[in-house]
Amino acid sequence: MKPTDISAPDYFHKVVDCQWACPAHTPVPEYIRLIAQGRYSDAYMINWKSNVFPGILGRTCDRPCEPACRRGRVEETPVAICRLKRVAADFKDDITQRLPRPAVKNGKRVALVGGGPASLTVARDLAPLGYHCTVFDSDPQAGGMMRSQIPKFRLPNAVIDEETGYILGLGVEFKGGHRIESMKALLAEKYDAIFVGSGAPRGRELGIPGRTEAAGNIHIGIDWLSSVSFGHTDRIGKRVIVLGGGNTAMDCCRTARRLGGEDVKVIVRSGFEEMKASPWEKDDAIHEDIPILNFLVPIAFLHDNGKLTGITFQKVKAEYDANGRRNLVPSGEPDQTFPCDDVLVAVGQENAFPWIERDCGIEFDKWNMPKVDPKTLVSTHPKVFFGGDAAFGPKNIIWAVAQGHDAALSIHRMLSGEDITARPLPEVHVSSQKMGIHEWSYDNDVSSDKRFKVPHRDKVVALKDIRTEVELGYDVKLALGEAERCLNCDVQTVFSTSLCIECDACVDICPMDCITFTLNGEETDLRQRLKAPSLHPDQDLYVSGDLKTGRVMVKDEDVCLHCGLCAERCPTGAWDMQKYLIEMTHAGSSCPTRSRSAA
Amino acid sequence: MTYIAKPKFHHPGLKKNELGYTHRDYEGKISTLCAGCGHDSITASIIEACYELSIEPHRVAKISGIGCSSKTPDYFLGNSHGFNTVHGRMPSVLTGANLANRDLIYLGVSGDGDSASIGFGQFAHSIRRGVNMTYIVENNGVYGLTKGQFSATADRGSKSKKGVTNTDNAIDLVAIALQLGATFVARSFSGDKSQLVPLIAAAIGHKGASFIDVISPCIAFNNHAGSTKSFDYVREHNDAVNRLDVLVGRDEIAVDYAPGTVQVVEQHDGSTIALRKIDADYDPHDRLGAQTFLAKHAAQGQIVTGLLYVDPEADDLHAHLNTVDTPLNMLDADALCPGSAALDKFNASLR
Repeated sequence: MKPTDISAPDYFHKVVDCQWACPAHTPVPEYIRLIAQGRYSDAYMINWKSNVFPGILGRTCDRPCEPACRRGRVEETPVAICRLKRVAADFKDDITQRLPRPAVKNGKRVALVGGGPASLTVARDLAPLGYHCTVFDSDPQAGGMMRSQIPKFRLPNAVIDEETGYILGLGVEFKGGHRIESMKALLAEKYDAIFVGSGAPRGRELGIPGRTEAAGNIHIGIDWLSSVSFGHTDRIGKRVIVLGGGNTAMDCCRTARRLGGEDVKVIVRSGFEEMKASPWEKDDAIHEDIPILNFLVPIAFLHDNGKLTGITFQKVKAEYDANGRRNLVPSGEPDQTFPCDDVLVAVGQENAFPWIERDCGIEFDKWNMPKVDPKTLVSTHPKVFFGGDAAFGPKNIIWAVAQGHDAALSIHRMLSGEDITARPLPEVHVSSQKMGIHEWSYDNDVSSDKRFKVPHRDKVVALKDIRTEVELGYDVKLALGEAERCLNCDVQTVFSTSLCIECDACVDICPMDCITFTLNGEETDLRQRLKAPSLHPDQDLYVSGDLKTGRVMVKDEDVCLHCGLCAERCPTGAWDMQKYLIEMTHAGSSCPTRSRSAA
Repeated sequence: MTYIAKPKFHHPGLKKNELGYTHRDYEGKISTLCAGCGHDSITASIIEACYELSIEPHRVAKISGIGCSSKTPDYFLGNSHGFNTVHGRMPSVLTGANLANRDLIYLGVSGDGDSASIGFGQFAHSIRRGVNMTYIVENNGVYGLTKGQFSATADRGSKSKKGVTNTDNAIDLVAIALQLGATFVARSFSGDKSQLVPLIAAAIGHKGASFIDVISPCIAFNNHAGSTKSFDYVREHNDAVNRLDVLVGRDEIAVDYAPGTVQVVEQHDGSTIALRKIDADYDPHDRLGAQTFLAKHAAQGQIVTGLLYVDPEADDLHAHLNTVDTPLNMLDADALCPGSAALDKFNASLR
């Protein structure tokens, strides 16, 4: 293999698994260290810069970072990154002085359709640069689905108000209760750019017999949730069935338990394991006495005099074809009927763009989705950009934020007369962490604690009030313990070929047997000759140049604890621990323009 | 030294030996030696050899004297017996322990000061008596703990870190061990674990006095130009006569070696050593030949490494003394004091 080019920003970025996995590339270890030091406001601001909604995401994020966390490969469970983010939000001081000041307007106007996370991110990035941003939303308050669909017992209004308020306070104009009915009309208003972040607002239907007859007791999940959020619905029947296996279904069933549902069940077509809901959301539902029944396909709503009486299901089983594709086939067992008073249908969401005229210059594909460039987020109309669920269908808040940043960058470049396809490199700061012979400016003593549980409110109390938040969040002590579990993957092991005398000290001390000195070879061959087996080929090998004996140093990045012992035991300083702080370049930051290779 | 304890986590794919231990289970405390010390690599090699042989840690006694090298038993086999003796007295304490309990595996760990200066006589007698042990000298040619004076194994003409030339002749412990009748004699280099680990494993399997001289560069005081025990010098002048593989159990012998290049040595404990010859003329069963070979190469400035001499039929001090098979410390009062009738019978036999 060729010597690893560590000057390529992506190489060390990939080693920080959590940051690499985060769509917004939040510098996770950096803010976790600050939490451990009690610098909550600093930790919050790092998050605020990257992911805009730390308090909201700290409660609701789908956490792509956690399955990626190196800790999960070293022991059983990853660091509770998401809930530590909430810690930063919970314990911070007043940070209003640290927010950007409303800027002198530059005379350019940007319209943002939808007041959810994608649009608000665009506004957050563009307003401080002087753009006049106008956000339109049919709801009276900003927040979009974060406010309408996520139940208050998971995400209190106060948190949404605070974090949407920071953005609107930058001089962003918010037009609540103002639904955009025509793209043509909006285009006619001569905005310099238009961003569509209107989400995926339509719940998928379930067209089986009895749907129309029993319509009074059949509710579409997301509509029902927003109706509950805005106080229009405050009760439901005693026996409730929730159809669907995603996170919306989990929100539906838990909400139903709080509105009078005593016998609430979730029934899914697939197997329990394949459900789309996050494992922790399933756990929370089960904890609230909600059984999840699987391999049952609804075939008919039963009704009597226009009132729903139950649902009949066909029993299925999973079969896998030659390509490993799963098919649900009837198991041959008799159909099963469950009586119920109400049903909540949470079987998916769809995009809907009835308000975009198909002849206004925005092309749609065969699935009726706008054609959007995934990098620049521009549509086929050069001034119209899409982001969040509106661009690529239902995903999570953090994706909407990431796309909001990218779209804002595109808009800023376009309106500055620059090529929007040229994407700037991330900003990388490198600094040695060496303080003394055996002292580092980070805590390199690896904690062996298991993941700390987030305290929950007592179930009886929590189920009584739909607005009472269930999770209490870590206290300072638990947060410190959990923060100490972070392995500081951003403090990189940097190797200098010319300094190495091949004494083997690093090989001998490495607790994870990451380091091998051997003859060079092709990657697959080298992976066979490592001191400990290479378990994850997607994790890079760090290869040095040729050493004096003709061998090379090969480090498998996979399970490195970043404990720095290799550097402590190195007599010549050939190993050094250097912090690589990688920050994505957002609209307006001064940055190199050499295009980067990936991510 | 390092302030933090080595993390307990280990690689999830680490192999386990027959006892279910990983090599991490054979570690001791974290080393307090200077960063890069050759001794730490010898420690790692001992750990690796014991792991590969699936040795139960409680069956090992590690005994050492004074010096950097003699600190190292603290860094391996944390669950074994240990004795840190006065300077140079490791061999007699080891001999005594061995006489008291012949069932343990004895690892004597010493340095060039401990064995070639203050304990030179002790070294000589333990070898001469054929104590069943593995005697490892971690040889760096300097007194590291007192800041780098020449030791008795420093070569004549080699230079100290300050530039002073050594005018004394060197003691070659390997040559002495051969002369005194050691039945397993090897030399190796801390920077070459692929050679050192099987040598230690083979020495542990050998019944009788095994001696391994391991050149171990002192990073702080003896790794400069002009030194004959630096990483660079040893790598340039290393003349390995053979490489070996230690095979535990008989069925594994069918390794694909080119014909005529491998010499098979069966050991007392049932293990087998497969010696891959590098120097075709070198015969590790010829004590006199080994001595001549060593002297000739030493004159040329070459450092001869590998398994230099082995007598597979060797026996040990217990055989010479005709002691009982039961370890002496296991003999109870009845066995030690069989009664007046037995005494009368014994006395009668002498009349």
